[in-house]
Amino acid sequence: MTTTTPGPSALRGAVGTARTRIEGREKVTGAARYAGEIPFADLAHGWLVLSTVTRGRILDVETDPVLAMPGVLTVLHHGNAPRLHTDYVGMLGTPPDPTCAVFQNDRVPFAGWPVALVVAETPEEAREAAEALVVTYDSEPHDTALHPDHPGAYAAAGHMPAETEKGDLEEQLAASAFVVDAEYTTPEEQHSMMEPHAATARWEGGRLEVVDSNQGAGWVQGELATMFSLDASSVRVRSEHIGGGFGSKGLRAHQVSAVMAATALNRPVRVVLTRRQTFSLGGYRSPTIQRVRLGAAPDGRLLALEHRSLNQTSTVYEFVEPSAGVARVLYDADAHRTANHVVRLDVPSPTWMRAPGEAPGSFAIEAALDELAERGGIDPIELRLRNEPDVGPVSGLPFSSNNLAACFREGARRFGWADRDPRPGIRREGRWLLGTGTAAASFGAGAAPSTALVTAEADGSFTVRITAADIGTGARTALTLIAADALETAPEQVRVRIGDSDFGPAMIAGGSMGTRSWAWAVTAAAAELRERLAMTTSIPPEGITVRSDTTEALGALAQKERHSFGAQFAEAAVDTATGEIRVRRMLGVFAAGRIVNPLTARNQLVGGMTWGISMALHEEAVRDRNTGGHYAPDLAGYHVATHADTPAIEVDWVDDHDPDDPVGIKGVGEIGIVGAAAAVANAVWHATGVRHRNLPIRPDRVLAATVPEPAGGAADA
Amino acid sequence: MAPAPSSTSSAITLNINGEKHHLPIDHRTTLLDALRERLDLTGTKKGCDQGQCGACTVLVDQRRVVSCLSLAVAAEGREITTIEGVAEGDELHPVQQAFLDLDGYQCGYCTPGQICSAIAVIEEHAAGWPSAVTDDPAPEAGPPPLTPEEIRERMSGNLCRCGAYVSIVQAVARAAGEHTAEGSAAGKHGAEEAAA
Amino acid sequence: MREFGYQRAHDVSGAVSLLAADPDARYLGGGTNLVDLMKTGVERPALLVDVRELPLDRIETTADGGLRIGATVTNSDLAVHSEVRRHYPALTQALLAGASGQLRNMATVGGNLLQRTRCGYFTDLSQPCNKRAPGTGCPAVAGEHHNHAVLGASDHCVAVHPSDMGVALTAFDAVVSYESADGPGEVPITDFYLPVGDTPHRETALPPGALITHVTLPAATVAAGSRYRKVRERASYAFAIGSVAAALAIEDGRVREARLALGAVASRPWRARAAEAVLTGAPADGATFAAAADAELAAARPLPHNGYKVTLMRNLVVSVLTELAGEDAR
Repeated sequence: MTTTTPGPSALRGAVGTARTRIEGREKVTGAARYAGEIPFADLAHGWLVLSTVTRGRILDVETDPVLAMPGVLTVLHHGNAPRLHTDYVGMLGTPPDPTCAVFQNDRVPFAGWPVALVVAETPEEAREAAEALVVTYDSEPHDTALHPDHPGAYAAAGHMPAETEKGDLEEQLAASAFVVDAEYTTPEEQHSMMEPHAATARWEGGRLEVVDSNQGAGWVQGELATMFSLDASSVRVRSEHIGGGFGSKGLRAHQVSAVMAATALNRPVRVVLTRRQTFSLGGYRSPTIQRVRLGAAPDGRLLALEHRSLNQTSTVYEFVEPSAGVARVLYDADAHRTANHVVRLDVPSPTWMRAPGEAPGSFAIEAALDELAERGGIDPIELRLRNEPDVGPVSGLPFSSNNLAACFREGARRFGWADRDPRPGIRREGRWLLGTGTAAASFGAGAAPSTALVTAEADGSFTVRITAADIGTGARTALTLIAADALETAPEQVRVRIGDSDFGPAMIAGGSMGTRSWAWAVTAAAAELRERLAMTTSIPPEGITVRSDTTEALGALAQKERHSFGAQFAEAAVDTATGEIRVRRMLGVFAAGRIVNPLTARNQLVGGMTWGISMALHEEAVRDRNTGGHYAPDLAGYHVATHADTPAIEVDWVDDHDPDDPVGIKGVGEIGIVGAAAAVANAVWHATGVRHRNLPIRPDRVLAATVPEPAGGAADA
Repeated sequence: MAPAPSSTSSAITLNINGEKHHLPIDHRTTLLDALRERLDLTGTKKGCDQGQCGACTVLVDQRRVVSCLSLAVAAEGREITTIEGVAEGDELHPVQQAFLDLDGYQCGYCTPGQICSAIAVIEEHAAGWPSAVTDDPAPEAGPPPLTPEEIRERMSGNLCRCGAYVSIVQAVARAAGEHTAEGSAAGKHGAEEAAA
Repeated sequence: MREFGYQRAHDVSGAVSLLAADPDARYLGGGTNLVDLMKTGVERPALLVDVRELPLDRIETTADGGLRIGATVTNSDLAVHSEVRRHYPALTQALLAGASGQLRNMATVGGNLLQRTRCGYFTDLSQPCNKRAPGTGCPAVAGEHHNHAVLGASDHCVAVHPSDMGVALTAFDAVVSYESADGPGEVPITDFYLPVGDTPHRETALPPGALITHVTLPAATVAAGSRYRKVRERASYAFAIGSVAAALAIEDGRVREARLALGAVASRPWRARAAEAVLTGAPADGATFAAAADAELAAARPLPHNGYKVTLMRNLVVSVLTELAGEDAR
């Protein structure tokens, strides 16, 4: 049932055909160079030193002994670092996280805060000197514990209204035939992209050049220029290959400290975060505490829906994990209340992480829906279909397209949902109890203003230049297909260059908005170029270049609820004697607009669902309850799903055409994780009859929830 | 090679991809850093530097190891193969070709490690090595079929945070010449058949 | 990581004399644990003596039908050795359940026995730790101890030993041979790891500077049907939260001989002698297995956040013994 919808520009049909990655050969041969791998003559190596106290003040940085160590070139800290400009709002509408504006004062707001950068001739010397650097602190009492009744909690907006409310919630709950009132929690989660942050900064011909690993070269360029009070044209940021990002790779301490050191030493300086350092410097998904109250009429129609979410942020930066936003799209109710609250703690600053808000929020609301289905004796899919809203439940705006029902119908058919016995705890295979679960998914389909340059070369080929980023999405390949169709040529005739801030402003790889935003700009420039070519008889040696800017076109787009939707299915096996859980299979069916490259899109959707397994069962960054610092911040302490945790995962999509959208692309980067953890948790309930409302569903939690069997009866072999 | 006990560096020769490299080396330098920082062989990746992700996997004397926990000085006299050395000239190794064709990656950063590991997995399996999911590890049982479950367990030392495991397993299966229900579906329709 | 010297040893006595001459010297085997600890700053050796080229890489059958395993045999080579697979399958299973294929290719038998705890406080130099810095305290007791010891720990240290291999060796009464400046010696594995008490930094009975040369497995027919089961927080590539190595010999429905060792519950692989005593001579049924588990776990002293391990180990012991009994009955 794989279908693709040809958009207005897809005349030649490259879009919608499976293509291997343009940079694939480089990636499988090791030839693709990532940020920390580009050689520079006279390169020096910086190593960050992080605070060991959780809150306090730096009393002294004992630089002298370290400066005397072999190879050490300088030690930067708050006593000698240049002052930065931090009072601004960046490209994405947010002020900079002070964690990135390093060494500006003596305050330590959390454990793992950058306090110094040691620069030396070799990485070995830098590391040894950084370990040897003695920093003394005045330590102060700290508060790092998130709990539901924290007095410091407040309503916070972030990228959406903090609170929405209509109807009388208590009245509708009282009138409901069946009700769910439960608290759900998700832990601190780390992006854990395979490539840690890395940047090399140098001054070249009066320009600051930064080779970085980021999700938006133009974004980072703008932030660095503002922070260092430089003219934007005198800063160039390049980011060719990126070893994963997931929200973590924006402006971070590594670029800023590298620029400082390169400026101080007047030579290239590379700063690479260690895996441990990424835990406090790379951002993370805040833990959430969510309360969901649902009330339904006997037929399952929602009368009352309340979703409140609390997340933590640092004392220096406000970040809202907008988990309560999910219900503003997916479900209506006569009384409907949603609220996102935050509390400032002495912890590192959280940030966007794959489906911010939707990932934890969908766990809570989709698990609660499953509980409601159980209470009402209604099939979980049927319950969702009965509550599909006609218009945005909060906005009242029409949907550009909403094909959730089609996803569920197709998914149910393929997963064999009709044969499911709804009773929990009755399927057994050896020591394993088996169960299946489902959940809905949605994720916004947005676009942001972008510019693109498209050049008709004298040899008949085309070059596309756009400050896009390929963080593993296949953006380079997708844009090639899109440009080929828009130019009515073959993909082989199109060369796409990305990851260079000199190509002009463009959306970052984030919010599932990259491909949609960039495609829009590329399509617009290509259309204009074709018009120009139609009036031209010959192409000059330098080619003919057209630049597009989608700002105006985006502004003219009708206000609608624009989202991808999806239906998630999972089968889980649970050994209640040991607490082990294995996901046996998953299926996701999505309505995600036009699929540009089925090969890479499927991979990315499967990747999101793999994150759902990982979120449901494994991931949890642990804080020491006394010091408030991370416990075992590494990839042995922080578990992400391995090969062995990941079963066969099937992904497909349904026709999802949006008539008034000129590109029709919705983005597939995030929707794969939405609802996936809930589907797994719901399957665990179906297997065992026990609801797990706290993620991850660790073996100890399964064991704690299982009634011990009588002596001698535990054997199940 | 016999440095004085007090010396903290040595002049060593590393045999990498069939080429000998002579270099003075700080004893602290790992094989991974020697490759990346000293020899411009940056295909081998640094994901954790602690043996917890597998991105730095290389073959030493035909066996897969993590180069981040190997000291360069201790690798002298051994035959090292990195991702740069697995293809035959312009012709990709079958494992590389399968990763390329079946999209066995996303960001590509774990990919060289996955590929080096997969090459060794296929050899280990052919040599009859059992794994933690092999039903009967006794030698009489013979080598187990290289099922998706076997591939997953054997490849578990290589994390892929993008979550490309499903297509990686298909790529390894194809390269191993196995035609399991999942593996033979590779490249066309994900893991559809196996999910049934 | 501070600068250090490096020497490749070519004979055992040479290696031992290098260590004897320098208290800051360490043997380098596969490096999977030592090099990591050097990066985190827990270990700061002045000299590494590389022992991998010592002639200790062979697995030989002993006169009594047991196995004598060289200390530099890699975990992979030991796991796939036909005699091990045939006669001590739990050892193969334990090895294959550990770490990853890459790490097993590097790690040696001697190094595996000597690996240090993965307690997150031990590896975090900004934290106190009695094992790493004697007398500074143990933050795990009042802090994070989700995967810490429930047996044999003390207020001074609640860390667990991470080895899988060691659990199987403990069930099979392995003997550790070493060479020290005072000559050769040997110690049963059940006495190899010292009680925690108030000296958690003293981990083994090895004399200072001693080099493990061999591990000997006595012949044990009961081991031929042995089994290792490991529970962890993901399906692979993770340390155990609980594991069991077990073997049963059953005659006429009664347990003639039982071997049982537990992993991830104590500062050392834990030989479950109390359980074995209950098992021996008793009917091979669920009631006996549960009573055996309870007898062993009666000594458990869980902390506020690791009590699940008592339940887990009870269930795991019963499950594995039941499986073994079922197979034996076939």
